[in-house]
Order: sequence, then structure tokens, then C-alpha cells
Amino acid sequence: MDHSPMNWGRPRNDAVDLYGTYPIPQRPYNGSKGSFSAGVQHTQQPIVTGTSVLAIKYKDGIMMAADNLASYGSLARFKDVQRLQAVGDYTVIGASGDMSDFQYIQTVLDELMVDEFTAADGHSLGPAEIHEYLSQIMYARRSKMNPLWNSLLVGGFKDGKRFLAYVDLLGTTYSASTLATGYGSYIAQPLLRKAVEGYEDVLTEEEALKIIEDSMKVLYYRDARSLNKYQVAKITAAGTSISESRSAETIWSFAEDIRGYGAQTQ
Amino acid sequence: MPDMVPMSVAQPQERQFNPYSDNGGTILAVAGANFSVIAGDTRQSEGYSIQTRYAPKVFRLTDKAVLAVNGFAADGNMFVKKVKQRLEWYRHAHSKDMPLRAVARLIQSMLYARRFFPYYVYNILGGIEEDGSGAVYSFDPVGSYEREACRAAGAASSLVQPFLDNQIYFKNQTPAPGTSHPAHLALTDVLALVIDSFTSATERHIEVGDGLEMYVVLAKGSPLQGLELVQGVQEMSTTTDGERVFIVRRNLKRD
Amino acid sequence: MFRNTYDSDNTVFSPQGRLHQVEYALEAVKQGSAAVGLRSKSHSVLLALKRSAGELASYQQKMFRIDDHVGIAIAGLTSDARVLSNFMRQQAMSSRMIFNRPVPVNRLVSAMADKAQVNTQEYGRRPYGVGFLVIGQDQSGPHLYEFSPSGNSYEYYAMSIGARSQSAKTYLEKHYESFADCDLDELIRHGLHALRETLQQDKELNVKNTSIGIVGSASPNETGVSPTGAFRILEGEKVDVFIKTMIPKETDAPAPTTDEDVQMAE
Repeated sequence: MDHSPMNWGRPRNDAVDLYGTYPIPQRPYNGSKGSFSAGVQHTQQPIVTGTSVLAIKYKDGIMMAADNLASYGSLARFKDVQRLQAVGDYTVIGASGDMSDFQYIQTVLDELMVDEFTAADGHSLGPAEIHEYLSQIMYARRSKMNPLWNSLLVGGFKDGKRFLAYVDLLGTTYSASTLATGYGSYIAQPLLRKAVEGYEDVLTEEEALKIIEDSMKVLYYRDARSLNKYQVAKITAAGTSISESRSAETIWSFAEDIRGYGAQTQ
Repeated sequence: MPDMVPMSVAQPQERQFNPYSDNGGTILAVAGANFSVIAGDTRQSEGYSIQTRYAPKVFRLTDKAVLAVNGFAADGNMFVKKVKQRLEWYRHAHSKDMPLRAVARLIQSMLYARRFFPYYVYNILGGIEEDGSGAVYSFDPVGSYEREACRAAGAASSLVQPFLDNQIYFKNQTPAPGTSHPAHLALTDVLALVIDSFTSATERHIEVGDGLEMYVVLAKGSPLQGLELVQGVQEMSTTTDGERVFIVRRNLKRD
Repeated sequence: MFRNTYDSDNTVFSPQGRLHQVEYALEAVKQGSAAVGLRSKSHSVLLALKRSAGELASYQQKMFRIDDHVGIAIAGLTSDARVLSNFMRQQAMSSRMIFNRPVPVNRLVSAMADKAQVNTQEYGRRPYGVGFLVIGQDQSGPHLYEFSPSGNSYEYYAMSIGARSQSAKTYLEKHYESFADCDLDELIRHGLHALRETLQQDKELNVKNTSIGIVGSASPNETGVSPTGAFRILEGEKVDVFIKTMIPKETDAPAPTTDEDVQMAE
């Protein structure tokens, strides 16, 4: 998939502008499509978008991170948006893609958890069940050609077991010990895999946090739709917790020496 | 190329949501006299990205039927789920597992029911027929199917199928004078061919690799035919007095 | 049976505050041959007495598999039971489809009770003429429930329904405190002893008229049971080994019968 949010869900076209190097991404034509276009409109593109979400397994559970930015195209529109959300006592979901679709997903999951709570029979939905439910929703919507324009990570810890899985607007699902959505899947995923694969059962919370922080910093340096203000969630036997917003130490002094971009030609 | 025109003069173009993707990978099945081998790699990818190194593509349906699904993973997983539920209803109604040839026809009707919004998946069904013979059925995404001795599908099918044609159907081989090619290969020979197929496909195709899962279905009362000596073999069947299902896992290169 | 004034419509209460149609439905359950259910810490079992219409006919089906982890025994109208067991199967399958989770047994029984209750309240309907004993295992262990056409469902340590079930109940009430720590074979033997109480004087349990349903790990006397201890129905020769473990009854004391039970003409 081309992970530029503008192009999610569209056919891959390797012949042109693969890395989105052209300064302005071409927006798809979204005007009238004929006599019946005023009827039911389906989502054709995301509008207000969140960028990457990262998550890894570590010794005690799952750690997940996402920044607080919701972009309107290239405009950094909302800078205090929470993209990590606890669902019940054992699960956190992280969303990239369309933020209004994500808010709809949150209301759906809230209703589900309220129904589950009112049953009050000792049975509760864990991360695996929530991921399955989400997948069914995402797949059903894509099958109606009216997708929820998101890539979601579901992390959790229940009955002594860690759970981490992905689902996107196509209903595609998978599970691995490190996951990343959007640009994170190109930029952060290799770093995460190198740091985590094979060490899932020995990484401490501090080590896991370091890996996440380093990856978020690299993403902030390279992803133009990111913000140096992010939250970290952890899901362990003790339950879920989502941190206050934090930022990474960055150094931009090297920028002074760069020549050849923008107006600065000499 | 029309896509290459400068953006300043580009016309508005209608591009709508594409509900499909290709998740790579390859599957393969070979029928023996009284067994069937169904295999698939475990890599799931999209474009140049590996999404996960372990996403199974081969599923035990019953003690006598194993289904391999390849193509668009979301469609594949949903399709397998629906087939399993249909087989469960069959069990409720008849108190037995559906015969293999009936599973094959069921799969064709479920695929064709979606003729105008297809499941973007290539299916290969392997197992044991009611007469005790090993069987492989292969399907296209809209349900066209036939029974065969072997079939490869998916990303590296164009690499693997010619190899199987040569090694299983003995295409382009001439038997030594006074001898003839065997009608069926031994189980251990088939397993070796399957492993070779996947290691080779892993070398030459970027979407194949990471892990290999091989299911072996043995006919009722059949001896283990050397399977007991295979390293890491695990039994998956619910009973030992009917058809039996085994799984063998191997690592493939991860690069 | 008597004919009452307020019984032609189940939406009308009698002056005594009774719904006669519902009570008649409960009578229909008592017409069916008996079924017994028991629960230990590790297993739930069902035992049922099958009737045959005559020498030339086969025996009726008294047990149904709902899912790997749930099964039922019925007393009353078999045709109504098929409708309801299909409903239960649908519930079980949809739980697996949506959450990839075996449906919790209490929710399955409650859903069915809610469905049955509607038939006691809406005009132009009739209550179901069948009662169930439901056994199953889920996260909270093995369970036994009774469902009745009035729309009630209760959980039990041990229960019996159907013709002459009061006799079985008397046996169960005398012994139920020991059931929790029974192993599977002991539990089945208790069940057979209870079921035997419902027989008419000259009859006895045999391989033709006895069904046994089990959830929980295999007994030494069983073969081909899945490692998860999925629900299975034993019939024919497979029940022989259990019938042989029964302790013969002293024949001088005739089995007590109570007024509540309806004598079936056979």
C-alpha cells in the first residue's frame, strides 16, 4: 500500500511518484459523477488524518505510541488529538487515517463495552475478541464500498497472554511482535523489528520505552505530517494506561548547513 | 504514460475506492494414492512490505479436508470462516463430516455466488475422498474447479507449477527403456518435492518466504508411510480411527 | 386435563393471575420422557430416556449438539425443540463469527428464554411445548441450566425434567452435595441412578433407550474425545460400559410416584 493517507485504499501505481516526491499530492476528483451523485455518498478519501501508530510486544505486555496531530491535508489542523483509546480493561486501540471514522469506531466500541458491562455475568471481551469484532466491521464496510478509512492497531493483555494485531480499511488483518501503520511501516518497522524480534520475552519496560521513543523521534524527523508531541500506552497484567503527552529531544542545528532546498539556493 | 503528465495540466480523474489488495505468498497441493499434501508459506506482504512473517494460509476444515487460500488475505480469511460454518451446519444436520467432493462443490457455489464481487482468492482443497484416494481440487476466484493430481497457486505459481509438471506428471521426461513412470509418488518423496518447491520459490520470489506449513492427510487405516520419521510432525486430527491430519513446519529464508 | 375459562388466549390472565396456556405448555414438557442433568467441578452430563413408538419404530432423539462446548437434552415436543436448537446453533455460530469466541452458556440460555417469553405475551402466538436441560463449559467452568417454555431459566447443580422427573429429583436432592467432587464415571452413574427412578416398574435402562451427553475431559471408558473435552453424545453400545457400572436397586421398595407427574400411557 502507498501509505500516504491521501492514497490509502487506491490501486498501487509503481509507474508514477512512488515515494510521493512531488510537493503537492494530487487530490482525487471528488465532484459530481453523474445524475445520481447527489444520492448516498460514500467515503472516497480521508479528510482529517492521523499519521503512524507504533506498537511492540515486551516482557510485561504491549507498548503503543501515536502522536497528537490530526492533519487537514498538509495543514497541521488539530494538535491535541488523542489517537490511543482504551477499550475495556484489557485493550488499547491506536488509529491512523481518518479521525472522524475513528471517532465513529470509538462510539461503536463504547456501545459494545456498555452492553458487555451490563450483562454483568463475569464474561468480558478481551483484545482478541475486540480485534475480531473490529475486523468484521472494517471488512463489512469495505464490502459495501463504504470503508472506514483507518489503519488500526489493537494491543492487549488478558489471562496472562499478550495480544497485538492490525486491521485496516480493507479488512486485512495480521499479527506480529512489532507493528506500525502508515509511514511508520516503512520508517519505524525495520528499527522495531531489529530491536524487538527475538527479545519479546526479555525486554523490560524501560528498554521498550527507549525503543518506542527512538522510533517516534526518527518518525518526527522524517514524516512531514507528524508532531513532536505523542502519547505512549502500555497494557500489562495491571491493566491499561495511556501517558500524558510528551516530546522527544531533537537537534536541528544541521539544518543550517543544508543547501539546495526551498528558497535557499546558495 | 498518461499518469506522467504534469499535474498542472492533469484532468480531473475519477478514482474510486479499491476494495482489493494482493497479499502475496504461494500455496501448493499434491495428491498421492492414499494421502494428500497441502502446503503454503506463512509470509503476508503488501507491495514491498512484509506485514507479518506468520499468517497461516492453510486450514484444516475436517479430518479429511484441508483448504489452502491465497490472494487477498481479508477475503481469504473470511471465506475460510464461512466455509467452516457451512461445514458445521452440515455436521449438525448429518452428524458426520462432509465428503471431500461435496466440500469441493460447496466451495464452487460459495465462490460463484459472489461472481460479480468476487472473493479475490485462489483456493486449493486437498484431502481424502470417500473411496480412500488422495485428492486435490483447485479453484479460480469465481468457482471454476477441477480435480487434479497437483496444483500450485499464488505469487510463485508460475515458478512452482512447471517444476511440479516435470516432477509429478513427468512432463518432458522419458523413462529408461523397459521402465515406466510411477502413477503415484511416495509420501516422503512428495514432502521433499514440496520443500524444494518452496525453498526455490523463496530464492526467486520476494513475496515468498519466512515459514512453510505442510498439512498431510492420510486415508483411513493407512500406515504412516515414513511420516513418523519426519522431524517436528504434529497430529491435528480429532480421532485416530478415521482419516488423520498432520502438520509439518519448516523455516524458509526471511530475506 | 381440565378445561379452564381463561385459557383460549395466552395474553389474558385468569382472575387468579395465571396464564393457563403457559401452564399447559409446562404440562407438555411433563409428557415427554425424562432427562437428567448433573454437574461436577470438571464436568457436566446429561442423561435421557428415549421412547420408541413401538417394536418396529426407532427411538426418538433426545439430545442435540449445539456447538463444541454446548449440548442439550429435551423433554416435550421434539419439533419445537428442533426450532429452538437451531436458534441456539445460530447464536453460537454468530458468536464465533463476530468475536471468534464460544458463546458464554448463560447468554445462550438467556437469549433463548427471552425468545420464549415473547410467546407468552404476544397475541396470536403459543408458547413452546418443550423444556431443555442445557450443559456447557466456558471460561467460568462447566454449567447446567434448565430452560422452560414459561421463559424462565435457572442454573442448577443437578436437575431433571419430563415424565416422572420428580422421582429423579428426589434422588438428586438426596445426593447432590457429593456431585461437585465426583469424577466423570461417578457423575454418570449418579445420573443413571436418577434416570432409573423415572422408569415404570417393569422397565430398565438399556443401550437402546439411554442417551448420555458429556462436556469435559474424557472418561477412561471413552475413546476419540477431543482434548478440549467437547460435547459428545453417547448412544448404543457406547453407553453399555456405563450402564454396567450401575448398582442394582433393592426391588422390594416400589419407586415412589407423586401426584404432580403425569402418567404416560405407553
